[in-house]
Amino acid sequence: MYKLGIDVGGTNTDAVIIDENLEVVAAIKHPTTDDVYEGIISAIREVLRESGVDRGSITQAMLGTTQCTNAIVERKNLAKIGLVRIGAPATTGIPPMVDWPEDIQGVVEDYTVIRGGFEFDGKELAKLDTAAAAEFFEKLKGRVKSVAISCVFSTIRNDHELEIARLCREIMGADVHVSISSEIGSMGLIERENATILNAALYQVAERFTEGFAKSLADEGISNAEIYLSQNDGTLMTMEHARRYPILTIACGPTNSIRGASYLSQLKNAIVIDVGGTTTDFGMIQNGFPRESSVAATIGGVRTNFRMPDIISIGLGGGSIVRRQPDGRVTVGPDSVGYRITSEALVFGGQTVTATDIAVKLGMAELGDPALAAGIDDELAAGAMAAIRDMVEECIDSLKLSSEDVDVILVGGGSIVLPRELSGTAHVYNPEHFGCANAIGSAISKVSGNYEQLIDYNQIPREQALEQAKAEAAKMAVEAGAIPETVEIIEVEDVPLAYCVGNTCRVRVKAAGDLA
Amino acid sequence: MRKIGLREVEDIALGASLLGAGGGGDPYYGKLMAIGAIKECGPVELISPEEVPDDAIIMPIAMMGAPTVLCEKGTGGDEYRVIYEMVSQYMGKSVYAVMPMEAGGVNSMLPIAAAARLGLPMVDCDGMGRAFPELQMVTFTIGGVSATPMALTDEKGNSAIFNTITNKWTEELARAVTMSCGGSVTVSLYIMEGRTMKAFGVKNIVTRSEQLGRAIRGVKNQEGLTPEEAFLKASEGYGIFKGKIVDVLRETNGKFNIGRIIMEGIGDYRGERAEVTFQNENLTASVNGELRATVPDLICLVDTETFIPVTTEALKYGKRVMVVGLKCYEMWRTEAGLELVSPRYFGVDTDYIPLEERVKGGAENV
Repeated sequence: MYKLGIDVGGTNTDAVIIDENLEVVAAIKHPTTDDVYEGIISAIREVLRESGVDRGSITQAMLGTTQCTNAIVERKNLAKIGLVRIGAPATTGIPPMVDWPEDIQGVVEDYTVIRGGFEFDGKELAKLDTAAAAEFFEKLKGRVKSVAISCVFSTIRNDHELEIARLCREIMGADVHVSISSEIGSMGLIERENATILNAALYQVAERFTEGFAKSLADEGISNAEIYLSQNDGTLMTMEHARRYPILTIACGPTNSIRGASYLSQLKNAIVIDVGGTTTDFGMIQNGFPRESSVAATIGGVRTNFRMPDIISIGLGGGSIVRRQPDGRVTVGPDSVGYRITSEALVFGGQTVTATDIAVKLGMAELGDPALAAGIDDELAAGAMAAIRDMVEECIDSLKLSSEDVDVILVGGGSIVLPRELSGTAHVYNPEHFGCANAIGSAISKVSGNYEQLIDYNQIPREQALEQAKAEAAKMAVEAGAIPETVEIIEVEDVPLAYCVGNTCRVRVKAAGDLA
Repeated sequence: MRKIGLREVEDIALGASLLGAGGGGDPYYGKLMAIGAIKECGPVELISPEEVPDDAIIMPIAMMGAPTVLCEKGTGGDEYRVIYEMVSQYMGKSVYAVMPMEAGGVNSMLPIAAAARLGLPMVDCDGMGRAFPELQMVTFTIGGVSATPMALTDEKGNSAIFNTITNKWTEELARAVTMSCGGSVTVSLYIMEGRTMKAFGVKNIVTRSEQLGRAIRGVKNQEGLTPEEAFLKASEGYGIFKGKIVDVLRETNGKFNIGRIIMEGIGDYRGERAEVTFQNENLTASVNGELRATVPDLICLVDTETFIPVTTEALKYGKRVMVVGLKCYEMWRTEAGLELVSPRYFGVDTDYIPLEERVKGGAENV
């Protein structure tokens, strides 16, 4: 029994095969092609050949893809949709898409705001106006094939959304795609509605990549595998769910990379440093998942409710240019020779002193012709390494939550330029297969359940409320396919509602477990 | 008189999040309401206090309730007309202009939406010069203006005018009605004549907000200055600390969001520790146990890279922030002002010492 993990990035398509003990059997990189599926098929063939495993014994296949992000950012292949917002007489002061860039507003062919929705305590805000929705759907019929529905406080109660979704299918036909905001979740009507609109507009993109992936697998004779897609929070969803909620695949790349690094080093709490040719990304892994940024993500100019991993990027990499400044200081980067390193760095016969040359000179790496780096001034080399150390240690310190030493995982091709002993760190790990961390992160992912509710602690004591919320989240994870014994609570958050009488808190719990 | 359009709204919103001093709610939803109203009804006329006749009726506009609820329900847009008619009828005279009561946070934006939808001018003036948690904490209280008559309406059309015997009663009754109405309502309070506004208001605060917003946006492009220097210069701020958040302790006492933020120094402040306490808005900032700033001066936390203000609700472990002090409006520093907003009023056992004196006490005096 094996897992196949694929990650389609901008430059490379990575593929890995992992056995039932989660050991990496084979890992390969293949250039991403214009037709994404050619690249996927080639990567699958290559990893199968390298691993020698029997196609029939692959039982799970996971795909991480940036195609939804790209479609939104490039405004390509987005479908026209209709939008129904349930919430009048509230919300009308903020029309849909009011702050969207003009070049993407066109995805909404037509919208309406109808009466209905709920108050924060679940009371009806207004009686649901089904007649207005029916009239809108009659008008919309034949013009679009996908509809987004949002509703005030649908995270508390989703019955109005479900009722309008049913009506939509009844009038516009059973094959119309309906996206409802409560499935996308999280408080904040506008961000949730924005994500729902984008989700609806992605339905063709989603069809293409889910069917394309399934077909690639079938063509390669992998016919026993359950198919999963990576989500932005580092967990998986089924192909069926991905077809309905493709927006949830947004930004799964950095998440998978951090989780893959964590897996390879077997560390659940550490700082992950991914060093490329030009930049270095620092991320933090907590309990096996990336720490999230506190800022809501903007995708292609549209604000959504998705949380992205908290990442600091600095201009330091294997190709960073080393200079002595007029005042005597030695600097490294932020500019880099980039992919031209193999012709411009000293060790490859070039004329530019790069961070890689310094590493070779100091005996930290063997690359190119070490003799060509031997002539670097000792003082310059020492100064450059000190500068690199300062940059890295400052970032490590910024990410840490306490003064205690933390473990650090180094990944990425440029990681040879970093010193192995860094202050503030306990151990520095440089795991095998570090180049394919993304695909590995995808292959080892868990499935999750997310629970969010406003709870009045005066009615349900906090302890009890949190226990109930944890149980609900765990139940949702099991419903998504997790083995019950493996389900763990990975995030608990409760924030009081400010300026509110009573003791109402917004409670959010996330649980995740291994796939059966 | 000048026009406030979409561009100006962006800058005012950013400046208002700084003047929120950690509280006041994220102006984002307020900004969407202002944008929605301007797109539908056109730009707003911003008039200076001097342009307002002494006997004109000025109607401050604000939201009351939980920002979290506002982020689901927004507003309907018809609330301003309901309030305008109620107030004009009650005062026996048509309202001349609207104004913000609170320049910090979400309440900086609603008067812009109201002015656009009503076709009335907005006065470049408020009653705080920042955000404060309680209703009586406005400069107009110093001037003896009553909070009531106070007009309140929800988006469903339920409305009321309150006449109360004290501000405490106003607060209590209005909060109860707010919760029954679904947790967020539109209000007008401290309705006053032009002459009172001119005597006690914090003048040109909308313009200052706009300038602050524009400065934050432009910190990276200031010739000869680092972004940090550019930010402190433009905001006339005092750099108090730079660090990462290592702990956020929150509790709610049924009314306010209170707590403490603990930070460990980074960069020049490495090895030092700072603490900021808050009650919706930030109350005190101390470094290594020594107070560097207290309310009513503004204590703001901004992102160390972008200088974008961080509200108390968005604070998270590990976030890297700079603590900046801004001088409050002079009237708050008078005896009558401190009676309303002194550190002791907020339960902090210290005399008010102006920010610029306190920062001298420490090593870093910017």
